[in-house]
Amino acid sequence: MRLLTHNMLSSNIKGVVNGFPLRIEAEKVAEKSVEMNREFLKKMFQKVHWKAFVDASRAMGYTELPEKADSSMLNSDEFLNRFHHALLELHLEEGALVCPETGRRFPVNKGIPNMLLPQEEVLLSIIIC
Amino acid sequence: MASRPEVVAPPEIFYDDSEARKYTSSSRIVQIQATLSERALELLALPDDGIPKLLLDIGCGSGLSGETLTEDGHHWIGLDISASMLNVALEREVEGDLVLGDMGQGLGVRPGVIDGAISISAVQWLCNADKSSHNPRLRLKAFFTSLYKCLSNGARAVFQVYPENIDQRELILNAAMHAGFAGGIVVDFPHSSKRRKEFLVLTCGQRSVNSSVSKGKNEDGESCSDEDSEDEENQTVCISDRHRPRKKQKRNNKNGKGKEWILRKKEQMRRRGNAVPSDSKYTGRKRKDRF
Ligand SMILES: C[S@@+](CC[C@H](N)C(=O)[O-])C[C@H]1O[C@@H](n2cnc3c(N)ncnc32)[C@H](O)[C@@H]1O
Repeated sequence: MRLLTHNMLSSNIKGVVNGFPLRIEAEKVAEKSVEMNREFLKKMFQKVHWKAFVDASRAMGYTELPEKADSSMLNSDEFLNRFHHALLELHLEEGALVCPETGRRFPVNKGIPNMLLPQEEVLLSIIIC
Repeated sequence: MASRPEVVAPPEIFYDDSEARKYTSSSRIVQIQATLSERALELLALPDDGIPKLLLDIGCGSGLSGETLTEDGHHWIGLDISASMLNVALEREVEGDLVLGDMGQGLGVRPGVIDGAISISAVQWLCNADKSSHNPRLRLKAFFTSLYKCLSNGARAVFQVYPENIDQRELILNAAMHAGFAGGIVVDFPHSSKRRKEFLVLTCGQRSVNSSVSKGKNEDGESCSDEDSEDEENQTVCISDRHRPRKKQKRNNKNGKGKEWILRKKEQMRRRGNAVPSDSKYTGRKRKDRF
């Protein structure tokens, strides 16, 4: 799973109000280089939750992203390279995603997070919503 | 034809290791799913700006449908309830990110971030109550409500579905409308029992209902209207805007897929162990127009 996806996922236990961002526990991280597309990065920059993204990249062992970012930085190649690398080239292979509100762990195996909820958690959510 | 898989067992049981492998190694299925996915992508009517989009593939299985999205240059996140299907997707090295999850439990995706969603041959599974605690109506509601939230304004979701009967189609459509979607059903080849395919085309938010529904296809590949039969079944189905979706297809044919795409595709086939001609300066070159 790439950080692109991590940045979009939230805890789907529906009683939970602040299910984002899921905290990353990384046991194994892989890197896979892919071609850069500036236009895509510029579009994604508007969507990415930057703080969550920086924290996630650190949890994956990548510390080159600036704490704060604004759209003027998209003119810098250096920035784009880093953004690209963290967003699309780092893969969480083994570890877990942790719900920030309940602490529930969603295990990640072979790059696939298991977001399945046992029935009780779902029932609870249906009563609430 | 064998009985419908949905009535045999719950999806995570039905699609076990051996079924997942069987499904993905059938060249007939591979072909059908690719055709359905291409049509779904066409019906998504993504902006024609050449910028890759972030899409969802719901019930992505072994990645047959997602591959179509990759070929068109998009990024995708695939959700499926069957670990075995996702394992096959891993083996096939699909480009999308995979998530093990149950769409009936609602999608855990941030609001407004997704540019479009497809779902090929999967949503009819939600109409079954596989566990005593399952209520199809609530599961459909959880699914469509969460989907509506995560789509960006004006984005579409296209579902190819095999409803078992009119009631099931109604159940699905109602859940979608309740969640706030506009749209309707597009039927391709309505008069052929074999080729007949249904697509539920939904739009989130702004774009007007009129521009949001597309035409079905008939045997000649021409647009056709199935208004009579659709109208009596459901009044929310409106079929309009004859010419729109055709345009996009023409453009694709004219420009071809390009050298880069061909090289990528060849590499993919090589990885899968297929015999592929080696690359040369002629690979993907422009060819003269002729018939
Ligand atoms: C016929 S396969 C289609 C797979 C893929 N879309 C394709 O075109 O090849 C249907 C898929 O839907 C998945 N599915 C069924 N119910 C589901 C649910 N509640 N949540 C997520 N996926 C589900 C199944 O596991 C299966 O992989």
